[in-house]
Amino acid sequence: MALAKRIIPCLDVDNGRVVKGVKFVEIRDAGDPVEIAKRYDEQGADEITFLDITASHEDRDTMVHVVEEIASQVFIPLTVGGGIRALEDIRRMLNAGADKVTINTAAVNNPELVREAAEKFGSQCIVVAIDAKKVSLPGEPNRWEIFTHGGRKKTGLDAIEWAKKMVNLGAGEILLTSMDRDGTKIGFDLELTRGISDAVTVPVIASGGVGNLEHLAEGVLKGKADAVLAASIIHFGEYTVQEAKDFMTAKGIEMRDLY
Amino acid sequence: MATGRIGIIDYGMGNLHSAAKALEHVAGGAEVIVSSDPDVIRATDRILLPGVGAIRDCMGEIRRLGFDQLVRESVKEKPVLAICVGIQALMDFSEENEGVDCLGLFPGKVRFFGHSLTDESGEKLKVPHMGWNRVKQSIRHPLWQDIPDNARFYFVHSYYVEAERAEQVAGECTYGVPFAAALYSKNLFAVQFHPEKSQKAGLQLLKNFVYWDGES
Repeated sequence: MALAKRIIPCLDVDNGRVVKGVKFVEIRDAGDPVEIAKRYDEQGADEITFLDITASHEDRDTMVHVVEEIASQVFIPLTVGGGIRALEDIRRMLNAGADKVTINTAAVNNPELVREAAEKFGSQCIVVAIDAKKVSLPGEPNRWEIFTHGGRKKTGLDAIEWAKKMVNLGAGEILLTSMDRDGTKIGFDLELTRGISDAVTVPVIASGGVGNLEHLAEGVLKGKADAVLAASIIHFGEYTVQEAKDFMTAKGIEMRDLY
Repeated sequence: MATGRIGIIDYGMGNLHSAAKALEHVAGGAEVIVSSDPDVIRATDRILLPGVGAIRDCMGEIRRLGFDQLVRESVKEKPVLAICVGIQALMDFSEENEGVDCLGLFPGKVRFFGHSLTDESGEKLKVPHMGWNRVKQSIRHPLWQDIPDNARFYFVHSYYVEAERAEQVAGECTYGVPFAAALYSKNLFAVQFHPEKSQKAGLQLLKNFVYWDGES
């Protein structure tokens, strides 16, 4: 009897519509965020994450309204990321009904934002998103670096050291994406996931590369992730959240059942 | 049908939207009022004390706005539900922020889970305690009505309640250490988890609160 591992559907939202970019390039429309959130809630999703990929600043108001709408109808934790650059952005999303925000590029540009945000709003609502890519060559000890701008920009920052630093500054959770695996459907980078999970005291959400249910289970059992992010594997009807949970339960992973 | 007004205490510490929306969702005919004015809250029929953030800031704002007095008065005459940092604010003292005196409505302390928390098999446990954990109902109470024993609720906290009086514990949870997930005393019910984020079980608890006339 213990804390359940979490399955978190992740929805990319562009100007109020849910989309899913494969390798961050191709984009497919998959519908209305409120309806999708309700469906995942009914299927047993433990939380829902929305990444706002809207390009223009004006359209960000749309996301605030989307969050308000979802928070009025879906009573599980909501996380919002994308375009969170300042304390004011965080305040707007929390006031709209988000429970957590993810900070990504802004944390790299200004690590103090993480400290200020944690002090102001509490660590429990500050998730730092880390996009990491393996930079070590075959035969060398594993090393991953932080990339920004959807994986295009190298920062030179060591991923494990960076995760520790973010936690020291007040991050309450780490959302870890392997840029090598994202969109590949060959499974999480388990060594990376385990490396980060072992290095930090806070929960780690694994992301990037899920192609089947076995991958989700591996993320927890071998990657030691506290939660797994699920996108295309559930968005296109291959599996429901409940099927994923049943599979993981059968693997001996503690999951939350609906009653 | 539920009637009357439910006051949500707004002491400026973050997201009340979720709590307000969840209450409205289950409130039937009741009206949900969010206010930072103790006089407005005083005029309502039942009160929700939410809480997010660090305890020193919470206690500072609770006292500055006069909600300490309001809560002390209210628990004598109407149902009061405290959530998350709200339950912690009701204890004697919290270890957070180098030690903060709280309202003292429940004897006991609020303690840090620590940096080396492990489960019974020695596995490292992450802090904050974040996610869905089971709550064992220690007593029968109107707020547990229609909620299965050991149902999971959503928790997110790094400090936990160590109640001094076992007879005030309404629900127990274990995360490395056993702790009080719910406390009660007459008109007061307090929970460490977030019912407004705990899907069906949480909505049922809020609904039970809306229909509860206090005492037990």
